[in-house]
Amino acid sequence: MSALTAYARTLAAERQIAQPVASVRHVHVSDRPLVFVPLQLAGEANAPLAAIVGSDRGTPTVLTVAEPRDRNQRFAFIADLADVILPYIEGYPLGTREAKNGNLVPVAGDAPQLIVPGPAAVAFTRLLGRSARFRRTDGPYAVPATVPLVGRWLSFYSERPEVPGSSLTLVVTDALASHWATGQSPEEDLNLASILGWIAPPPGMTGAEAALLAEDPVRCPPAGPATDPTFDNEVLEGLIKAVRAARLTGGGSGRIRHALTEELRTQLEPTWERMWQAVDLLRALRPGDHVASRWERDCSAFARYADWARATGLPQPKHDGAVQASRRLWDLEEDQRRFAAERAYDDPLVMAEHRMSGEAFAGTVAAAEPTRVDASGRRRVLRPRITVETGDRVVVEPGTVLTSPARTAQEARVISVEAGERTLVTLELQKGMGQSLTPPPGSVPELGERVCYATFNLGYQRRPEFPPREETPWTHGGPPAPYVPPDENAQEAWS
Amino acid sequence: MTGAEPVGSATLAERATAGVLADLSRVNQGAGRGVVVDSPPGAGKSALVVRAAGELAEAGERVMVVAQTNEQVNDLVDRLATDRSDLRIGRLSASDYVPAERVARHQTVTVSEKAADLADHAVVLGTAHKWAMTGVDAARPWAIIDEAYQMRADLMLRVARLFTAGLFVGDPGQLDPFSTVATERWTGLSWDPTQSAVSVLLRNNPDIPVHMLPVSWRLPASAAPVVSEAFYPFTGFRAGTTAGERTMEWNTRAFGMNALDCVLETAAADGWALCELPALHTLRTDAEVADTCAALAARLLQRGAVARSELGEAAVTASRIAIGAAHRDQAQAVRAALAARGVAGITVDTANRLQGREFDLVVVWHPLSGRRDATAFHLESGRLCVLTSRHRHACVVVARAGIPELLDAHPSAEPMFLNVPAKFPDGWEANQSLLVHLSRHRVRAA
Repeated sequence: MSALTAYARTLAAERQIAQPVASVRHVHVSDRPLVFVPLQLAGEANAPLAAIVGSDRGTPTVLTVAEPRDRNQRFAFIADLADVILPYIEGYPLGTREAKNGNLVPVAGDAPQLIVPGPAAVAFTRLLGRSARFRRTDGPYAVPATVPLVGRWLSFYSERPEVPGSSLTLVVTDALASHWATGQSPEEDLNLASILGWIAPPPGMTGAEAALLAEDPVRCPPAGPATDPTFDNEVLEGLIKAVRAARLTGGGSGRIRHALTEELRTQLEPTWERMWQAVDLLRALRPGDHVASRWERDCSAFARYADWARATGLPQPKHDGAVQASRRLWDLEEDQRRFAAERAYDDPLVMAEHRMSGEAFAGTVAAAEPTRVDASGRRRVLRPRITVETGDRVVVEPGTVLTSPARTAQEARVISVEAGERTLVTLELQKGMGQSLTPPPGSVPELGERVCYATFNLGYQRRPEFPPREETPWTHGGPPAPYVPPDENAQEAWS
Repeated sequence: MTGAEPVGSATLAERATAGVLADLSRVNQGAGRGVVVDSPPGAGKSALVVRAAGELAEAGERVMVVAQTNEQVNDLVDRLATDRSDLRIGRLSASDYVPAERVARHQTVTVSEKAADLADHAVVLGTAHKWAMTGVDAARPWAIIDEAYQMRADLMLRVARLFTAGLFVGDPGQLDPFSTVATERWTGLSWDPTQSAVSVLLRNNPDIPVHMLPVSWRLPASAAPVVSEAFYPFTGFRAGTTAGERTMEWNTRAFGMNALDCVLETAAADGWALCELPALHTLRTDAEVADTCAALAARLLQRGAVARSELGEAAVTASRIAIGAAHRDQAQAVRAALAARGVAGITVDTANRLQGREFDLVVVWHPLSGRRDATAFHLESGRLCVLTSRHRHACVVVARAGIPELLDAHPSAEPMFLNVPAKFPDGWEANQSLLVHLSRHRVRAA
């Protein structure tokens, strides 16, 4: 936890209300997201019990499983889920665009967005997707064709939260916690009702009071996938037993099933409302400048996957191969670097954390030579110098190249740092000033202008070359066999 | 005493080296594809790399040497060129590389950014990142990979196209490579790209022989058993020198003996000292600890010390002192505290950056000092191992009281994963082991 976050949390505890740690929104919120709240049966690995799902606040679909231990019912549940999710995804058509090298690249103007309550729901969705995507539609235990299809989409969407900066899957508690600091621990922030209580308490209540009330599972049923144990014991167990008894005696179970669905609905609907409340809270924030470009990258990731799935007809492999894993790690680290830089460039509150750690500083221009020309080289070049006066702790060394959020195309090389009561940093500027020896107005910071410089930049880095998978070296186990998903992939090591 | 003559350290080390070289020639004859050598701190890893490169080149092999940083490559080039003036040596570099003086002074060394220019050189050295960008036409039958435990497996994947057989040398006790993203996606896979090159190599090639260098020439007799027991519990190593061979003496007497002087006296006499500040939960950049670290170093310079060792006698100057911390902002705080005292020339850095370096005296900011929790980062045994194994004479640990209680309150609670080999030493255990030892050399600062 950075010192600034620690301070914001202390402040939140003292003021009894959440404090903002971001001044703009750093996630994309779709106009028509698909909210998905799954519940699972306690004590059984990855057994879906119920879900509330839909893209319209007023008309959610509630799905339930009367006997979660029955595999047939489990996949019938997934088929029902597919009937909601697949038409939603099909509402986002794919197109193609011609790339520079002449190839046709799949593109999407907009992409489906999945919204889940917390990281536990992502983990559950991941396993649910994995259990469905390898299933066969013929032979023994055949499932409807929509089951493996929705399994692939659930797998795709449950993997997206690990990509820094991606909003294809929005994890609500994480999204809220990255914009507000509460007066409770990060573990407690995983409780949707309580973090919402801190941020937006009901009228007449403080955030702390609202969060305390949220701990009562009767008032606020858990957002899942784990259910309230008391509900399990006192309500669920009896109803599931009754359904089973009715089936064994051959009697009608319709009435009991209806009762079960109604009980599960009481567990799901409060969370449904809170999910949309959180969506409203996030929508109310002004989006950061780079949110749109990150969403564009999300859209092309969606289009690329949809295109790959359509072309190959294959489920995603259970594991990454050696080359794929290394390549993905490189991509994730690059996304991480860019997301961190974009967040700071978009948001002075985030930049403040970097200023405290010495990776950035802000101040005013105390001296400027906007028309300075360096004639030492072969040709005369424009190299303006400015001196920034700052009260921040400056730890950059001379020679370091810095970038300013106000002029991202421009490089500023540190010439000297004079420490003192107010530190003076002299910078030499290049790029972003046109070709002539007189800089266009506004391209060089003016005397008295407030500026900020950071050691990180938004520059795009090209992924280096990795060997093709057929040439996986011996140190990494040699080339793998070609990918044909075996039937055993539908088995889990622990099942 | 038993009748058997105790084996001298030099003999023991020579036997280990001979064993490695014998395995290399076996690989050359087609048995297996590589050899791994584990080297504890200061056990002559670079000497082994230089010797193996020389012998392979002598046998007519074309060798590429991979190290992790430009500094490390420069050091190896210098040593190899000094040892083997008969070899033509290539230094593969980036386009903006300016040859260091210790590289440029050798006639036999050619510096180039193109591997093709160096094709006829017996040994070519470069950083792992440079090799990773090099085309396969620069491939060589042999590679020697230095600091292989600090190289990440994904980088190895890109370098491994270039060689057929490899000698992988490194220190398993130091810091594992890290990734800026946290994901469990590859946990348990034999090619997990976030693991070190050696772990991936050994999991995919379990037949590769693993050797261990048995003698540390850097650590004094006071430190080798402690570091060995805490961080190398199963293999172990010993000091190459005896207790009497390394001493530290003062040029001046302490007047009045305040706490700082007591700490320094203890360190000089025992080789270890724990400077304990009152228990307190603090921000990461605990100003008092930063100041104590700086004050200790400043006081040492003020009093003047002479270090005597098997290499002779020399004053302990600022360049022979290091202060190590876990975080960059802590190192910054210490630098500021030193600057405020007008002391210059002391190396202050994080454990990651102190890896592979050597000093007479090292002041360590204990990673768990003043903390409320013991996270995996702060418990990592490699971090503590690096910090407490950089010294030739003495190590001073500065910490707030209460670390044993903190450890007891935070037993390792990391999740277990399928198919992940157990890793030793356990950070929690190693921390306890070192603290027990340090408690015998404790001085309470007021």
